[in-house]
Amino acid sequence: MSDKMKTQKTEAPVGRFSGLARELFTGNALIPVLAVLASFLVGGILIALSNENVQATAGYFFARPGDMLSAIWQSVFGAYDALFRGSIYNYHADNFGDGILSLTQTLAYSTPITIAGLGLAVAFRSGLFNIGGTGQIIVGAVGSTIIALYVPIWPGPLHFLVAVLAGILGGALFGGFVGFLKATTGANEVIVTIMFNYIAVYLLHYSLTSWLKAPLASNPQSSPIPQDALYPSLAGPDYPLHLGFIVMLLAVAAVWWLMNRSSVGFHFRALGHNPSASKVAGVNIGRTYFLVMAVSGALAGLAGTSQILGTEKYLGTGVAATYGFDAITVALLGRSNPVGVLAAGILFGGLRAGAVTMQANQNVPIDIVYVVQSMIVLFIAAPPLVRSIFFMPKSKEARA
Amino acid sequence: MKLELRSITKRFGSLVANENVSLTVQPGEIHCLLGENGAGKSTLMNVLYGLYQADGGEILLDDKVVKFSGPGDAMAAGIGMVHQHFMLIPVFTVAENVILGHEPTKFGGVLDMAAARAKVREISDQFGFDLDPDAIVGDLPVGVQQRVEIVKALISNAQILVFDEPTAVLTPQETDELMAIMKALRDRGTAIVFITHKLREVKEVADKITVLRLGKVVGEASPDESASDLASMMVGRAVDLEISKSPAKLGDLSFVVSGLSAVSHSGTKVLDDVSFEIHQGEILVIAGVQGNGQTELTEAILGLMPKATGSIKLNGQELLGRPVKQVLDLGVGFVPEDRTDDGLVADFTIAENLILDRADRKPFVKGLNLQLKYLREFATKLVKEFDVRTQSIDTKAGKLSGGNQQKVVLARELSRELKLLVASQPTRGLDVGSIEFVHEQIVNTRNSGLPVLIVATELDEAVQLGDRIAVMYRGKIVGIVPSTTPREVLGQMMAGITA
Repeated sequence: MSDKMKTQKTEAPVGRFSGLARELFTGNALIPVLAVLASFLVGGILIALSNENVQATAGYFFARPGDMLSAIWQSVFGAYDALFRGSIYNYHADNFGDGILSLTQTLAYSTPITIAGLGLAVAFRSGLFNIGGTGQIIVGAVGSTIIALYVPIWPGPLHFLVAVLAGILGGALFGGFVGFLKATTGANEVIVTIMFNYIAVYLLHYSLTSWLKAPLASNPQSSPIPQDALYPSLAGPDYPLHLGFIVMLLAVAAVWWLMNRSSVGFHFRALGHNPSASKVAGVNIGRTYFLVMAVSGALAGLAGTSQILGTEKYLGTGVAATYGFDAITVALLGRSNPVGVLAAGILFGGLRAGAVTMQANQNVPIDIVYVVQSMIVLFIAAPPLVRSIFFMPKSKEARA
Repeated sequence: MKLELRSITKRFGSLVANENVSLTVQPGEIHCLLGENGAGKSTLMNVLYGLYQADGGEILLDDKVVKFSGPGDAMAAGIGMVHQHFMLIPVFTVAENVILGHEPTKFGGVLDMAAARAKVREISDQFGFDLDPDAIVGDLPVGVQQRVEIVKALISNAQILVFDEPTAVLTPQETDELMAIMKALRDRGTAIVFITHKLREVKEVADKITVLRLGKVVGEASPDESASDLASMMVGRAVDLEISKSPAKLGDLSFVVSGLSAVSHSGTKVLDDVSFEIHQGEILVIAGVQGNGQTELTEAILGLMPKATGSIKLNGQELLGRPVKQVLDLGVGFVPEDRTDDGLVADFTIAENLILDRADRKPFVKGLNLQLKYLREFATKLVKEFDVRTQSIDTKAGKLSGGNQQKVVLARELSRELKLLVASQPTRGLDVGSIEFVHEQIVNTRNSGLPVLIVATELDEAVQLGDRIAVMYRGKIVGIVPSTTPREVLGQMMAGITA
């Protein structure tokens, strides 16, 4: 009896997580769509509330209610119109080429978020809550920067390839080390990855003010990445789209194959759903923890390379910016399914691209855009909330 | 108080869990509700207890229609439930557990623990429960914990007591004691509903029997009817309760465990110098009350207890110290006691579960590519061979009934090249039909010349299945005896008394 109770106690956290995971990953596919819709509704309210015209017309609402209603309409419609023009197609542009710039901007923004999101999705599906995207992106970015800046002995394409590989390797080692610690000592990966994020962030700050710092720069940043180590541009210098976008699509396919068609992914998923059954079936749990975290970190590292060698073209303190945490969101939003992550990543890229236009054209505070993003996450992470907003029946788990 | 359920119907979606079920229980009567798992017994009682709302029918107490919107209503009306999984707080004392929900208070809302203790003692003395109100519940043996549950029901003046599979966790002695308690309660005028699928218990205490099958009442029976007649009613076809097995044809000595000891995380000795041997073509049953080291024994064999000392030899090869994978590769088939925790991945399909242990080897994988086509053929074949009742091999294992889940586990383990089969409580929680099938498979395995090690907590199963029985108590083997040993002797051994 006491033994039984003991096992129940030790396994409780696993059970709790898998309960949450089940709710997040296997729930109704309609939920994410409704969550986005709900957050746009709430976002609309916030946009209206923060709009100066709306505030002004509210003062004489009872005298001329029409003024306020039209101000609300203009602010909300205007904002979402700007979001569309900034993220998908700017129909005010003179020609198609300028108009479609928005979409390429969206795709460029979505590249690192999606790749890192794929990495976290691999970990989530395997039952490991990898919060260390930020750190793994940073280590990947630093790895590729070192190769790009200080090891210029290879000719063109090889330089680029080795730089990317260095980024992947860096992320894989940084992530894999967490898996190794968990396997050998039982250290909780959530705590370890969170602290590793701090370590990576502050070591990066230190490095960028010392040995990695560009000699003449006043800001903490590296020298520009040489041309031959950059991701080749896909659509010419006028567009931000680079080869990283193709790499992202390949990564989606690769992760799909890994998780659904390979024996390695089979063990990953088995571990995620039921570690004790995996153990009894002879799966080497420790090695699998390491592999999961290494693959997860490798993808985050790859995301770091696409940011540094593709978009920013130098290493700065903002490299991991919010990507590490956005990637968590994107992985959750995509229900840790590669195609879902891609869709969520593009949505986030779009919100990011559109946010700039919303701010510039409509004076919508950029913070409001981030509020909308957070709303999406909130609604996704709490499906019962969305269910009750849209009067859907409760899930089986909630009923019990 | 007289209880009457009138044509209760309860549906879950398209599934009809109870259809027109009627039942009358008189005061001073033990009414057995007999049926297989999934027959709708628990659903019916949850309706009675207010946990579910019936879709049709009514509940009458002393001929008055009542409506319960929750367990609180049912309790207030005098219905008590002794749950299969105790609803007790392990770190609370007996008295604290008993008063939880209706705490006696003194002026100013201060808990009146003295009153609580007195009340526990009063009921305990009345029925000879021998309960210490200040004992911490988690420290008590399971049988005593169950008495706390009973006191909890009685303290709110329950006139009708429902026992939901109460003997599943008890030793034979504790079961006998529970039966005596039930009889004493009945003689005091309490109406008792006793849910079970164990025929021996039914015959011992029941005054009336109602048999449920697939959510319907298939008939009433008297306890005088033979066990096999009752079983046939329950299953809906003739069943063979006896395991038919020919005498063991012993081959060479094959599986030898000697001096096996292990210490748990908390430092207690969970295996203490365990030694036994099994011949080819022999079934050795490890009997004993759950939690006496059986789990650790099977884990040690499988390689899950790397710190165990001693020796475990299969056909001369040492298993101890090898990782699980190697142990499996050496031909150990393992049916874990907790199917859903250790045997299956509930969110995986049947097909995926069938290759849980071999997803990384040919012919299931080429390079790293899972061979889905081969896997499907393999799974289809096994599902048919092991009579897994499912619409598709893509059904999630968690959606299957216990019996079918166990068939999946057995199919996986027996489809490997085996040298030894270890099965821990292989029929726990299964319906009669599945039990028959599982026993048949185990006996066949033994007849094919394999040594078989079974862990059983139910004496019936131990006696019927085993060629020899080793009784475990507190990590030690109390004795190894032939399966013809009288039940009383085995029962005493299970309580640690050496024969």
